[in-house]
Amino acid sequence: MPSFSRILLGLFCLLVAILLLAPTLVVIPMSFNGNKSLAFPPVGFSWQWYENFFSNPDWTTSFTNSLIVALIVAVVATVIGTLAAFGVTRAAARTGGLLRALLITPMVVPGVVLAIGIYAVYLDAHLVGTVTGFVLAHTMLAIPFVLIAVQASLEVFDRRLETAASSLGAGRLTVFRTVTLPLILPGVLSGALFAFITSFDEIIVALFITSPYLKTLPVQIYSSITRDADPTVAAVGTLLFIATSLIIIAGLLLGMRRGRT
Amino acid sequence: MTATPDEGLRTGPAAGSGQPVFLSRFRPRGAVWLAAPAVLVLLVVLAYPLGIVVWRSFTDPAPGIENYVWFFQSAVNRTVLQRTFIVAGWVTLVSLVCAYPYAYAMTIVGKNMRLALILCVLVPFWLSGVVRTLAWVILLQDSGVINSILRGLGLSPVKLIRTLPGVIIGMTQVLLPFMILPIYSVMKGIDTRLLQAARSLGAKPWKAFLQIYMPLSLPGVYAGAIIVFILSLGFYITPALLGGPRSILLSSLVQNQVLSLLNWGRGGAMGVVLLIATFVLLALAAPLMRQKHTSSRREA
Repeated sequence: MPSFSRILLGLFCLLVAILLLAPTLVVIPMSFNGNKSLAFPPVGFSWQWYENFFSNPDWTTSFTNSLIVALIVAVVATVIGTLAAFGVTRAAARTGGLLRALLITPMVVPGVVLAIGIYAVYLDAHLVGTVTGFVLAHTMLAIPFVLIAVQASLEVFDRRLETAASSLGAGRLTVFRTVTLPLILPGVLSGALFAFITSFDEIIVALFITSPYLKTLPVQIYSSITRDADPTVAAVGTLLFIATSLIIIAGLLLGMRRGRT
Repeated sequence: MTATPDEGLRTGPAAGSGQPVFLSRFRPRGAVWLAAPAVLVLLVVLAYPLGIVVWRSFTDPAPGIENYVWFFQSAVNRTVLQRTFIVAGWVTLVSLVCAYPYAYAMTIVGKNMRLALILCVLVPFWLSGVVRTLAWVILLQDSGVINSILRGLGLSPVKLIRTLPGVIIGMTQVLLPFMILPIYSVMKGIDTRLLQAARSLGAKPWKAFLQIYMPLSLPGVYAGAIIVFILSLGFYITPALLGGPRSILLSSLVQNQVLSLLNWGRGGAMGVVLLIATFVLLALAAPLMRQKHTSSRREA
């Protein structure tokens, strides 16, 4: 391609990269606002919104709730999703394909429709505002991500290794524990991470099944945005932005190092 | 999702169709049952709730199709439905225009640059949607970044928040990664030697690109477009926070019917319309995306 169009492409991509990343960065200056306002530009400098996030029970409990739910979901969805990935990969091709299509439907069902349905069920089952209710709904939403991540690992996994282990006398469970699992572990771990983030960030279903006694962090952020112009949301946004970036950078570096060896 | 951490795992060819017969005993007949717990979860928290939504749309308050008649007879609802599709169309179009060159650039740059470009996609992809929408509230509001810049330049401020363009801008930015990732994953499998071949046979660079590269990248474009369109149709948080009464989308109407008016039948009917639109689109797009599967397998 001539260099002129290369330069054009480079400039265009720079703009898209700015569009992807820059708008979100605006939460950083807002989080140090001296005033209780989200108006731009921020006035003065203070750490008070970070202090508020770490001391105000509204924020600390919602953060802990999200953490607890997301950790349980990460464990439950990873186990269920990994099993399902084995089922999908090792069943007959046709059945596996159908099963996979079925199991990733949560990714395409419009959130609000799902949310009102789950809300209706939970009202009857007294699951509104319970950890069980959150874990159940978020596990369903997280299963597709685990399935996709583990399946990607299983598809490049050489099954002759399992055969070799069995032919040397290993039982099926031993084969899984000592041969299969270590080799697909990266897929399982990234599945677990996806499940954790899916639950930690989930908001639409959470908005419906929340109660004054059990709020998750996204619900607290949402209601804070709609209720008042409290810069604490900007502080939380900044912290989440930093955490997400660090996790992804670590993941990319890890993947790169493994790719090299 | 593209950062597959399994690159070091390619210890051998994937076990698949070419499996020797003696291996079949290691293919447990009941493998499919391993998916049973996942299917059970889906039945309880996906199929059953959606069933209830459908059921109530036909039975609440009285059996019949009244709720659907009401939905399609009301001018407001029709406007909102139409607006929802138009917004989804714009969001898909704008994000496609942004995503295609970006994804292409990701495939031709060096390793470090590619990592930087991937990072720019993955951070927003995994960052909480509420936080990203909050950023747009700060940017677009009347006392926001954009208007304070305009005022600083001596220009008159523009109304962005609670307007349709504001909603479209915010949604496009939030959904952009969903367009870039599928296109990139198809593009990186395209054999660029095909382009060299075309050029060595005398094709102009642009012609080679349009006639060889573009058709090969289309499955990714279809996949990205359908994902973004579907997600836009059901998008809730971003339009709810950035939109106003004149830019309401269908999902906000559903929420309003159920939570504020406690009208499960009407809310359910709207939800079913949204659901049907989604699955019809998916069914229509399925053949286009299946093409991706076969073509990538042929390359492998």
